[in-house]
Amino acid sequence: MSEKILEVKDLHVSFRTYAGVSHAVRGVDFYLNKGETLAIVGESGCGKTVTSKAIMGLLAASNTDIKKDGESAILFQGENLLNYGEKQMSQIRGKRISMIFQDPMTSLNPTMKIGDQIMESILIHQKVTKEEARKQALHMLELVKIPNAEERLKQYPFEFSGGMRQRAMIAVALACKPEILIADEPTTALDVTIQAQIMDLIGELQKELEMAVILVTHDLGVVASVADRIQVMYAGKIVERGTVKEIFYESTHPYTRALLNSVPKIHTNNKEVLYSLKGTPPDLINPPEGCSFAPRCEYGMMVCRKKYPEITRFSDSQECSCWLYHPKADTAGLPEGMIRRSVK
Amino acid sequence: MEENVKMNMEDFSLTDDLFVRVGTEGLSGEEIGRKSLTYWADVWRRFRSNKLALLGMFLLIGVVVLLFTGPLISGKDYQFIDASLKNISPCAEHWFGTDDMGRDLFTRVCVGGRISIYIGLCCTLVMFVIGALLGALAGLKGGLVDDVIMRICEFIGNLPYLIIVVILSMVMGRSLFSLVFAMSLTAWVGTARMVRGQILQIKEQDYVQAAKALGADTGRIIMKHLLPNTLGIIMVDITMSVPGFIFSEAFLSYIGLGVKPPETSWGALASAGQQQLMFYPYQLFFPCLLIVLTILSFHLIGDGLSDALDPKLRQ
Amino acid sequence: MAEKDVLIEVKDLKKYFKVGKNAWLKAVDGVDFKIYKGETLGLVGESGCGKTTCGKTVMGLYDATGGQVIFEGTDIHSLNRKEKKEFTKRAQIIFQDPYSSLNPRMTVGDIIGEGIDIHNLYKGEERAEKINELLEMVGLNKEHASRFPHEFSGGQRQRIGIARALAVEPDFIVCDEPISALDVSIQAQVVNLLIELQEKKGLTYLFIAHDLSMVKHISDRVGVMYLGNMVEFAASDELYEHPIHPYTKALMSAIPIPDPDVEHEKKRIPIEGEIPSPINPKPGCRFAARCRYAKDICRQDTPKLVEVRTGHYAACHRAGELNDI
Repeated sequence: MSEKILEVKDLHVSFRTYAGVSHAVRGVDFYLNKGETLAIVGESGCGKTVTSKAIMGLLAASNTDIKKDGESAILFQGENLLNYGEKQMSQIRGKRISMIFQDPMTSLNPTMKIGDQIMESILIHQKVTKEEARKQALHMLELVKIPNAEERLKQYPFEFSGGMRQRAMIAVALACKPEILIADEPTTALDVTIQAQIMDLIGELQKELEMAVILVTHDLGVVASVADRIQVMYAGKIVERGTVKEIFYESTHPYTRALLNSVPKIHTNNKEVLYSLKGTPPDLINPPEGCSFAPRCEYGMMVCRKKYPEITRFSDSQECSCWLYHPKADTAGLPEGMIRRSVK
Repeated sequence: MEENVKMNMEDFSLTDDLFVRVGTEGLSGEEIGRKSLTYWADVWRRFRSNKLALLGMFLLIGVVVLLFTGPLISGKDYQFIDASLKNISPCAEHWFGTDDMGRDLFTRVCVGGRISIYIGLCCTLVMFVIGALLGALAGLKGGLVDDVIMRICEFIGNLPYLIIVVILSMVMGRSLFSLVFAMSLTAWVGTARMVRGQILQIKEQDYVQAAKALGADTGRIIMKHLLPNTLGIIMVDITMSVPGFIFSEAFLSYIGLGVKPPETSWGALASAGQQQLMFYPYQLFFPCLLIVLTILSFHLIGDGLSDALDPKLRQ
Repeated sequence: MAEKDVLIEVKDLKKYFKVGKNAWLKAVDGVDFKIYKGETLGLVGESGCGKTTCGKTVMGLYDATGGQVIFEGTDIHSLNRKEKKEFTKRAQIIFQDPYSSLNPRMTVGDIIGEGIDIHNLYKGEERAEKINELLEMVGLNKEHASRFPHEFSGGQRQRIGIARALAVEPDFIVCDEPISALDVSIQAQVVNLLIELQEKKGLTYLFIAHDLSMVKHISDRVGVMYLGNMVEFAASDELYEHPIHPYTKALMSAIPIPDPDVEHEKKRIPIEGEIPSPINPKPGCRFAARCRYAKDICRQDTPKLVEVRTGHYAACHRAGELNDI
């Protein structure tokens, strides 16, 4: 039942900047099963958006380098997308893999009617008449629960409110019933009540269209109800991955723990000091030697500053890159869940 | 669980002392790795990487140096008339030849060029001062002040420019001053509109609000916040305006409304050369060449600057 | 109690913006509240509910259309120029967007020192020392003073904004969504810093946010705003444990909880549609159009904010019957 639809192998992406080469993604491996929701979680600048843009082939060529030799590959149903040219990618983009963005205002064309934007995507990828495309567009708007779809079809993006725009963008993205939807911070710009509506909508559409979803976000709270698996990224690498339950209840990487703890619980006492991560993520032009999280990790050891840890596997689905799971590691004072996982 | 821990140690021996807990000791996690780069240093870096803009800059420097040292090198006076040396083609003695009165053309092109560039710079300065001031005032104050200034702009902007110049030169006489006055009278309108637009945009930024919340008065807000943030755009406008004025001056001199003899400028030289075009084409060619080179270099610099200042192109 | 001195009293505050002929955007439409010395008052609501406008009007950045903001006995909108400048030393503001709130052409030192310069508090050596002290207070170091804002991350910039506000040693700070634009992991840093500073310096905050869990964490009392009106007001624990207004209830249930089991079992109270336009709002309860308990009376009369329980105010016609009070 778990058929891999997408597999990313050893993805490296770097940007040339004035200060030097910034290694935004440094060797990322993961896969996506048919119909599942995979969440990529991490702070801004951790490479999560770059990873999803690399899959879509949306990175500007002028200053970007993507490693293409060796093991590196983005396999979409067996085809390596890294070897695709712009023309081949445009056959995939919007038709078989779609993406929605944080800010709907910048990804909808302000001078085009919503209906025309949905139809455009249908007309490019499918051999249908204009009338048929219009019908499909109408159906899409109804699917994303925009009231008065018939009238809304003729309106421009500025006539839509924030949440409606996000729905319209989802309608554009899903017009051709893609196999994979990449949602990049789809609710960050929205209010909580609207956020809940949009997340529910994505979940429903996923079932209806049998899509796989990659959900990119910095907020673990959003992920809890929708994701099947979660992978946590830090400084261009995946530091931990596992099923939702494994990540929320038995996370092993100090960074995942920190992310989970920094969200205030509704039941904690007021004004109690929240767990907070010190400092900021490293500059990827000169990433620190060893584990990039070491400068902010309260359990850091000497070895963390010297060498990047190997992957430790805990189950079929959960693995983590951290020196704390080395037999020699100092586990005193670790949270209980982490001690249980360590080897002594 | 032991077998799950796959550790690959090649040349790296994991001694016990490596596993001593050190936490974040000695590492702040707040360090900024990149070297500090001020805004203008960054602009200069990007400008420098633009080959064409750099070429324009060297071209301009070359032209300016030529204009000021040329007469010294040639050792001739631009007004010296030698009736025996009329209309000589370019040669070792007279690099650009001589004109119909036997004056050395090279020296005349240099001296005339100074006047052309001087007029270009003066007009730009006047345009910038009036335009930026009124534009900033309109953008910042809004309301009635804005309305009045913008109506004045529209009125002046719609006046036929050539007629004004003709009338002014009749009223004030033909002089450098009246020329500069006439040309900049209408030109500041564009600058004012542009600065107003910029100010309107920047005034809504949170940092201006923050300054207000800290009790800053209008003067401080203009000097510390609004001007520094519009300076980039204004600089591009300036570099793009200078060639326009040089061109206008050339045109006015060409139709006889510009500088008065014995003073000369590129426009006046071109006008004189045009009468001799059939027999002595070089007399038209050299002033025109200098005009083209100068205008080109200003445009290249302006393009480079606007690219360097564009935040979207920043990497 | 002695510590319950009122610092700011907001009375029937109104702020309208003219958006066309006979069209008024009623951003804040008759809001009353008091802020006591040393406490944190939270204001929550969706975007467009008027919370930011309310904060900026309280700060005097906007002129009020009606009502009063009384700071230690005087209405701040009746101050003359000199008094207004004095007031800016007492009350400060922290902005939402860490990118547009710092002037890109100024060094961090000059940004923080701006208040010091405007009010001539310190000069030369002393000024530099004070700036270093402020930088350290917000977890940065003195090397950062000569750098420019674009070299910092969002969280660091927000802390620079806090240092700027603290430079004039204010008593009262309006925090206008200071964490909304930050990553979750960095939000805690900023909130901890704000709480720590409050304890050290006895600051009073008006904390505006749409993130309900953070507001609850930092605030003593919380007001919920909807379309320019205050719909509910209570001590923060009381509000979160026993919300009364249907809007507050829906808002609470929409908070995502970082726990998959709880999240799967949770019954969300759905709230249809989106916040309507605040331009020329209809009479009656502003929430009526989206409220599933709305009756005819809700569409005719605007409910007043009344004390439903001790210290717990709500503006809902049906508050009593729906909550068995």
